Amino acid sequence: MPLARAIDVSRRYGDVLALDQVSLDVHNGEIVGLLGPNGAGKTTLLNLFIGLRRATSGRVELFGGDPGDPARRLRIGVTPQETGLPSTLRVGECVDFVAAHYPDPVPRGELLARFGLSDLARRQTGGLSGGQKRRLAVALAFVGRPRLVFLDEPTTGLDVSARRALWEAIREFPGSVLLTSHYLEEIEALADRVVVIGGGRVLADDTIDAVRNLVALRRVSLSGEHVPRLDAVVSEHRDNGRIHLMTPDSDALVRQLVTAGVAFRDLEIHAASLEEAFLTLTSKES
Amino acid sequence: MSLVITHARYQFLETIRIPIAVIGAMFFPAAAMIFFVVPIVGDNAAAATYATASMVVFATSTTCIFSYGIGVAEDRAQPWDPYVRTLPAGSFPRFAGRILNGTGFLVLSFLPVLVIAAVATEATATPGRLALAAGALLAGSIPFTLLGLTIGYALPSKAALAVAQLLFFPLAFGGGLMSAPGQAPGWLEPISPFLPTRGAAELLWASAGGWQPNTTAVVMLAVWTVVLAVAGAAAYRRDEGRRYR
Repeated sequence: MPLARAIDVSRRYGDVLALDQVSLDVHNGEIVGLLGPNGAGKTTLLNLFIGLRRATSGRVELFGGDPGDPARRLRIGVTPQETGLPSTLRVGECVDFVAAHYPDPVPRGELLARFGLSDLARRQTGGLSGGQKRRLAVALAFVGRPRLVFLDEPTTGLDVSARRALWEAIREFPGSVLLTSHYLEEIEALADRVVVIGGGRVLADDTIDAVRNLVALRRVSLSGEHVPRLDAVVSEHRDNGRIHLMTPDSDALVRQLVTAGVAFRDLEIHAASLEEAFLTLTSKES
Repeated sequence: MSLVITHARYQFLETIRIPIAVIGAMFFPAAAMIFFVVPIVGDNAAAATYATASMVVFATSTTCIFSYGIGVAEDRAQPWDPYVRTLPAGSFPRFAGRILNGTGFLVLSFLPVLVIAAVATEATATPGRLALAAGALLAGSIPFTLLGLTIGYALPSKAALAVAQLLFFPLAFGGGLMSAPGQAPGWLEPISPFLPTRGAAELLWASAGGWQPNTTAVVMLAVWTVVLAVAGAAAYRRDEGRRYR
């Protein structure tokens, strides 16, 4: 039985369809990365799994039951996107407060040590740096010895070394993780399986390698009149007189441009951002 | 039950770490006691007792409106609130903890009034009357708790602060808390019994000093309690519906 499961789930906020017929299972021991641009529906899906929101249609299960039922949330841990710790509480008190909700919590000292927070136990959270706050917010997800942890953009806003340290701590966790990110790098570092979400739909659900190839696009920009249909081009758009060609293989595309005798000037090649890759992926779908 | 205590305890810690918030709640009623009650009616046992009761109602209504109104509105704006909702407990422990914590601050807010009354005035009350007054205060504080919760759940924090500030003084003055029983300005007397502060004050005057309570005021206090319970429940449900459905 999957630990968490969404079956044909849709979620509507007024006129906006945030999730459109999404199905997703999280199995035991699996680290699943939810990848997608801002507004793709990642957080909405997470909020359905952790019982903060209800699906407009479809079914969401947590350990075979309703996530809205507190008993089903005994074996999960959550790090929300926004940290928002009570600023006057001390680090140790935040841990104790969360621990009071679980039958067999990780001892405070052990948890703080695991996340490199031991020296900060007596500090009020309002005085912590952004990275320290984030580490504490992630640590809190692990207090109750969960089997499944939900991390919403766990390392957003952290510098490289802080990010790596946090990844290390997450990787040591033996249970399942569902994490969202808009960094491919973060998903690569942590996840076994990647689910790409765009426009409220699942665009891809595959291994890291498969998804990397899917989203690793390059943008070839040039000035010119007309570009004929070329094999290497996935999509094409124009703005301000520039033609932008999205391609998985920029070398092949350049060769094809030259061979086809296309008149062009000011050729530029950029690695496409994930955002652009997602947009390409989304427009291919529709 | 232990979770209710846990929630109350940490909410209390959160507030008490900003001492000025607590001192603020204690200051106004204590200052009113020192500047108006002690020098003017301090020597008259009966008048001082009534005035002390009025100040306790003032402290209670003000603290309820501010601590629930602004506290709830601010918590709703923090991401910590939805995080706590993901812990394996329903919304009850947090809510019950809030009431427990609010009651604690309520006691803190009128404690100085009682101390000043005992030390610096002739106000007296037998233990029996004190117990009766405690019961009256418990009943009289319910509509203000509900009013605070309604404000907190219905409004964003800045609006909650403004509404709380707009309400507390007219309610206190209009309810006759700034004058001896039945001695409010003439134009106020016909209006006063329709305000919840007057009803609560009548209950306290009666329990602490043997005052003959005004029936209209007491009935209106019950009406306010029901109306504000309905309004509070509606605001709570609407907020839950917006944020968690």
